[in-house]
Amino acid sequence: MKYLHLVWSALLRRKTRTLFTIFAASAAFLLFGLLDSVRAAFASSGQSVPGATRLITMSTQGLLGSLPLSLLRRIQAVPGVSSVTYESWFGGYYQTPKNELATQSIAGNYFDVYPEYRLSPAELRALHATRTGAVAGAALAAAFHWKVGDKIPVQATVFPQKNGSNTWIFDLVGIYHVSDPREQGKESQLFFNWDYFDQATAFGGGAASFYIERAARLQDVFSVGSAVDALSVNSDHETKTQSEDAFTASLARRFADIGLIVGSIMGAVFFTLILLTGNTMAQAVRERTPELAILKTIGFSGRGVLALLLAESVLLLAVGGILGLALSVVAVSELRARLGAQIPVLPVGSATWLRGVALMFAVGIIVGVLPAWRGMRVRIVEALSGR
Amino acid sequence: MWRKIGYVLSVIVAAVVPVIVLVVLPAWGILAGVVLLIAWLALTRTGRQAWSATAVAVSTIPQRLGSSSVVIIGIAGVVGVLVALLAMAEGFRATLQQTGSDDTAIVLRAGSQTEINSVVDHDSAVLVADMPQVMRDKQNRPIASPEIVVAASIPKKSNGVDSNVEIRGVGDEAWELNPRFRMVTGRRFRSGLRELIVGKDAVREFAHTDMGSTLDLNNQPWTVVGVFDSGDSHNSELWADTGVVATTYHRGSSTSSVTVRLRNAGVFDAFRAAIKTNPQLKLEVQTTRRYYDAQSEGLTRIIHVLGTTVAVIMGIGALFGALNTMYAAIATRTREIATLRAIGFRGAPVVVSVLLETLLLAVLGGIVGAAIAWLLFDHYTASTLGANFSQVVFEFRVTPTLVATGIKWALAIGFLGGLFPALRAARMPVTEGLREL
Repeated sequence: MKYLHLVWSALLRRKTRTLFTIFAASAAFLLFGLLDSVRAAFASSGQSVPGATRLITMSTQGLLGSLPLSLLRRIQAVPGVSSVTYESWFGGYYQTPKNELATQSIAGNYFDVYPEYRLSPAELRALHATRTGAVAGAALAAAFHWKVGDKIPVQATVFPQKNGSNTWIFDLVGIYHVSDPREQGKESQLFFNWDYFDQATAFGGGAASFYIERAARLQDVFSVGSAVDALSVNSDHETKTQSEDAFTASLARRFADIGLIVGSIMGAVFFTLILLTGNTMAQAVRERTPELAILKTIGFSGRGVLALLLAESVLLLAVGGILGLALSVVAVSELRARLGAQIPVLPVGSATWLRGVALMFAVGIIVGVLPAWRGMRVRIVEALSGR
Repeated sequence: MWRKIGYVLSVIVAAVVPVIVLVVLPAWGILAGVVLLIAWLALTRTGRQAWSATAVAVSTIPQRLGSSSVVIIGIAGVVGVLVALLAMAEGFRATLQQTGSDDTAIVLRAGSQTEINSVVDHDSAVLVADMPQVMRDKQNRPIASPEIVVAASIPKKSNGVDSNVEIRGVGDEAWELNPRFRMVTGRRFRSGLRELIVGKDAVREFAHTDMGSTLDLNNQPWTVVGVFDSGDSHNSELWADTGVVATTYHRGSSTSSVTVRLRNAGVFDAFRAAIKTNPQLKLEVQTTRRYYDAQSEGLTRIIHVLGTTVAVIMGIGALFGALNTMYAAIATRTREIATLRAIGFRGAPVVVSVLLETLLLAVLGGIVGAAIAWLLFDHYTASTLGANFSQVVFEFRVTPTLVATGIKWALAIGFLGGLFPALRAARMPVTEGLREL
């Protein structure tokens, strides 16, 4: 630590160059912070604690298949199932087709199976008591400036009402929150009563898109899944039951291999960054060769010089990296405020910071090691005589 | 004081204006600029001076290979990522765009944006097909195909993950809708039988879809009897007889949509008016071109925003790398540059020579980046969730326009990265420069 000053003044020797390198590094880490929060949003969905014992049953016909309501009692009877609920996908949009909504109609006990959706008891009672009642996630409500008591007209994309109207009007009776910041993507849904959907829709009633089971114990998850699927084998509504994280992972993969895209971009970014800072360090060592020789003359060992130079390159990257990650925190919160419900982006979390700091060290060592090695091998006499 | 502010302002203008011009200018404009530049270099006195100064600068690049490669590779990274991402958007857009045409129209239930959301009852379908604007075949039957779209869950060949695959029931006239449609192997399905034909992209992506294999749809065995190539996004689908699909999925006599061939593109407005004014029909019609263009808009826009954001941030990184390199380059060449000034070279040729050197490295980087993107990703096959909630297979396309866009970015970064060092080189006092070691 006592040499920090020395390392620091080495960096300040060429202020412009150091500054430019720091800016380049912070650009790389800004990208890292942004992309990692997108990747994490996809990866972490479905990994909540209550999600661990949840299973989702869907039709083998795919996401738009439907399952008869008669399955409910049979699933309840499966050993190991502690509770079952169901939902019907509704979709729709608000005002213009661009504002697509994730609307579902849900059974009365839905929030028992999803305890992470926090809704006050009064709001829950209001939802049950109001036929046309609906509850919205906090992010969704904020995006469209909805408040409790509003009437919300939703345009149906699939299900017109029996009276031929395409507009469903819901009474917003509550706004739910999700406390885990990693799960805030879930705050962009709109829920309304399945009973109302069933009564009013022109078609698609009497059925559920998904059943959601909770296994009594974690070790039962797998056997419950097979037992539920066995109920409807060889019927005209065969089911596929997956744990919640398997379900969301397969859902995300249908869109694109997010991991691959992010990985390729980050690969290109860090390859470039390594080259760029490596060049800076090489220049720094080359022009300071006589100074390094003096350090050695006054008693620094070869290893001491090596450590000094490595510390210099790590410090260079750490300053740039922390600046970049700090920028990404600002950028991500700005993005979340602007886009809100539309694109899943998580706030830059501690995991991203940890990975980022590890990367700073790794890149710092990688780019520092060759120039530092050369610095360590400097011969005093040759360097001082300018040869 | 005022002089200094004026200088800074003029530098900012000199930096920003050419970059904006570069972005706005089409490819031929840039070529014209290059020709003009060459003419200036060859024909005028300052031009020739600039040319020889550049030649000196370029001849010393091998001595600074390491740091020069920072410019090349930094810019190659930006251009590579940009071109690859845009190639994805371009491929998706092109695949869907080819699917549509101006002389075919798709009829959906009013309010439905996609076929999977739409229901058209049998009577309406017949009414639509009988309209006078619909072209008729040799037997005087209207060229109209009532189609049903459902999604089936089929594992991917590559990773075994279940994906939604679009099953499209088509009418007898479907073959007349798309002139490019042809069978690759096998034969068309026979109406009334549980037979499927599979698009050529679907065969590659999804398991159990090879010729002759049997596929379970809603618990009934279907046989694959042929592979087709429609030259568009239908290549990701499985086709069968509308009637049989309707029976299998309990759809009765209703369908998802009706696609018709119009007598010509000009009668579309009349066709739309006829549907709108008919009180029996609660339907909406659009040309298939509009329908499929709209489907590609969302994803294309997202990828464009993503690609540009990533490229801008990477570009800023590469810009600082280039600045570092070029400042170092003129620092090592201080004496050379001072000598040039001393023997009568003016400021402008020196500025131009440093700029040209950077632009040369930048273009090299741009070409390397675009070439890598082309080698790795041209015709790379990917799939994503399309509008009907099922997979659309498409190929990345690295088009000449995208390469030109990439090179433009390279030029812009190179220009900014070279301008400031160039100005410093030109403003260097000659006497001090000559004394530099």
